[in-house]
Amino acid sequence: MEASTYIRRGANGRITIKMGSKSERVMTWTVTLLIALTIAAFYFFDYTGLDLSKAIPETFYNLKKMFLAPALSHFTWGQAFYQMGVTLGLAFLSTILGAAIAFFLALMAASNLSKAWISKTVRIAVAFIRAVPTVLWVLIFAIAAGLGSEAAVLGMLFHSIAYLVKAFSEAFEEVDQGIIEALRATGANWWHIVVHAVLPSTFTYLLSWTFLRFEINFSVAVAMGAAAGAGGIGFELFMASGFYFDLSEVGMITYMILVFAIVLEILSTKMKERYFPAAKLGN
Amino acid sequence: MNEKTMKASRKWQTLFFVVLIFGMTLASSAITEFNIFHGLATLPKAGAWIFSNLLITQESLERLPTILEKLLETILMSIAATTTGTAVAFFLSLMGSKTTGTSRALGVFARFVASVSRNIPVVAWALILLLSFGQNSMTGYLALFVGSVGFLTRAFIESIDEASQSAVEALRATGATYFQIVFKAVVPQCLPQMISWILFMIETNIRSATLVGILTGTGIGYAFDLYYKTLNYNAVALVTFSIIIAVIVIELMSNYIRKVII
Amino acid sequence: MSLLQIKDLGKSYNSDSKVLQGLNFEVEAGEFLSVIGPSGAGKSTLLRCINRMVEIDEGKVVFDGQDVGALNKKELRKVRTTIGMIFQHYNLVPRLSVIENVLHGRFGYKTTIQGILGRFNEAEKEHAFFLLKKLGIEEHAYKRCDQLSGGQQQRVGIARSLIQEPKIVLCDEPIASLDPNASKVIMDHLKSITQELGITCIVNLHQVEIAKDYSDRIIGLNKGGIVFDGPSYRLHRSHTDLIYGTQSKATPEIRELIMV
Repeated sequence: MEASTYIRRGANGRITIKMGSKSERVMTWTVTLLIALTIAAFYFFDYTGLDLSKAIPETFYNLKKMFLAPALSHFTWGQAFYQMGVTLGLAFLSTILGAAIAFFLALMAASNLSKAWISKTVRIAVAFIRAVPTVLWVLIFAIAAGLGSEAAVLGMLFHSIAYLVKAFSEAFEEVDQGIIEALRATGANWWHIVVHAVLPSTFTYLLSWTFLRFEINFSVAVAMGAAAGAGGIGFELFMASGFYFDLSEVGMITYMILVFAIVLEILSTKMKERYFPAAKLGN
Repeated sequence: MNEKTMKASRKWQTLFFVVLIFGMTLASSAITEFNIFHGLATLPKAGAWIFSNLLITQESLERLPTILEKLLETILMSIAATTTGTAVAFFLSLMGSKTTGTSRALGVFARFVASVSRNIPVVAWALILLLSFGQNSMTGYLALFVGSVGFLTRAFIESIDEASQSAVEALRATGATYFQIVFKAVVPQCLPQMISWILFMIETNIRSATLVGILTGTGIGYAFDLYYKTLNYNAVALVTFSIIIAVIVIELMSNYIRKVII
Repeated sequence: MSLLQIKDLGKSYNSDSKVLQGLNFEVEAGEFLSVIGPSGAGKSTLLRCINRMVEIDEGKVVFDGQDVGALNKKELRKVRTTIGMIFQHYNLVPRLSVIENVLHGRFGYKTTIQGILGRFNEAEKEHAFFLLKKLGIEEHAYKRCDQLSGGQQQRVGIARSLIQEPKIVLCDEPIASLDPNASKVIMDHLKSITQELGITCIVNLHQVEIAKDYSDRIIGLNKGGIVFDGPSYRLHRSHTDLIYGTQSKATPEIRELIMV
């Protein structure tokens, strides 16, 4: 076979088969870097008081006790459901208030409905808010505004707003530009356009995103109960494991959380499949 | 049904929906003892408090080396949890995907494992593991690891199902083995999507790591908790700012990588 | 003995309806055979039974002296190595380079590890370039497959099947997604595979006229059964009416238009 002018050879004289594109190089670098950082991580970890030969069997023993012998001992079923209600309530409030506020901010952030500088300002503010972990917001509000559900809801509200502004504004930006222009040509003002063009065509999306956020906020609310003293089932979990060392109770609470979380996940997956099959999941 | 009654029933539906939302808001406020007016009223006060107390002072800057070290620990922990989680999630998603799954039982098993590890919140895992592993990096790492496996498995299954069906068929027809097909048809096609999810998971894990750190006494979460409980608000501010900068830098980097590879 | 023997082949995906039933025919080495029939007649399923991409329910497929239905996994892979396949939607890995996609045809000859690491020897790579040159797409060797036109992608598919050094190439609607010019290029290449390399070709086609122009022999399928089997010059209007049922009340010209 004669040599071809199109064949590329590597430094060792062998024929290359890769494209050598930028995308390939960046992927290789990313993967290499992540592996290197992982190795570094295990090297730098603080292993104080860790005894794997004891920890692993103990974990399995604990897990067995939790999941095979769940029971409530420090509070009743009634209280358990009440605390679950508190957690759901926190999640619901921060979601619904977040959705309402995010709606207006998203209108300002959508590039087809707003001025460039307003849109940019809102986006930067949102990125800033997103960067602070929810638990820090809650703890900061706990001292700034006094403890209680207000701190928890306000703290959780911040991330809900940041998340929903991003989702909503992307939905708004996908509204057919023709519809907006047609309304504008008839002399409709900005609010008319929002109410009659933007809202009807995006409403189901907004609803699904809001529900998705509710699912996320449920587990956030559990976490806030445990880590920031926000009350609810998360706080009970924290007490059961951190104070009473009652594994059976930890197991029962975990089961309750798991059941609620799976129900919410199934509902939101159903919604997602129905309204936007290609959308992303997660927070 | 004619148009008029349809419109009417539409109207009733909307009304019902609004009442439902309103009712649930009231119920939630009652059960959590949340007062929206009180909440809103405290906002300006809270803002004022934040601006007057959360200041970075010269004195707190002296703690910067310690804080940065803790931050590095947290970032490395998040990355390690994500990458090792990826390895497990990759095999689970191969089992769980319709394109690459080899048996129904394994598929159900993979989806079950993913669902349980994802739906038990990271805090619960942290608290459970804390009992046996004690206060060290391993506990936080494992808690994040379990959550990452669950989330990434679900994401990877979607990517695999979406991207690679036809090429898998073609390679099967050439007599390629299962792992040849996986690594030469599925992986090249899904890798950009997967890397995008991995980067997203790292961002999420850094935020969760702060939370887990508060519970398990490791990393930046521990630093925050320590200064918070000793009322050293200047240091609290510094911790918060260093987290913000770290998260934003990582987000910008991942956005760049995503743009190039997809 | 002929290269491929189909004996009483039957296949059903669910219990109520059979996709194929009672098929019997033989294919000689070096034959160019077209299978025509309306969509849903079972053409794709028939092809996929030959390399057992779908399981065989009834009857036997004997390829090169081996009963395909009775092979274990490893033996089946070995047989598939000698059977090339070409698809309507090309079925390439879109993000990989053309040359990588061509070399995918060699996996059957490699161990798993060699395949995963992408260890191809220089002779294989040169062979891949030789095939690309033959097919006139050598200059695109380092492009991403999804940057190529449909006709070019199908030629990559042909190269991938030829590098397997197959005894037979199965083509499932190879030109159904292509425009007439690209279709002609592809059909010419397929024809030359048989004429120059002596490799048997079985091609599923919609277009009766193209089947008559290119093939030595035509099999007409309708509702999972053979309604015509003979040299292509013997295929007449009466047969196509039978194959396409009532639909073929339309003249062949109009059907051509619908296809294109």
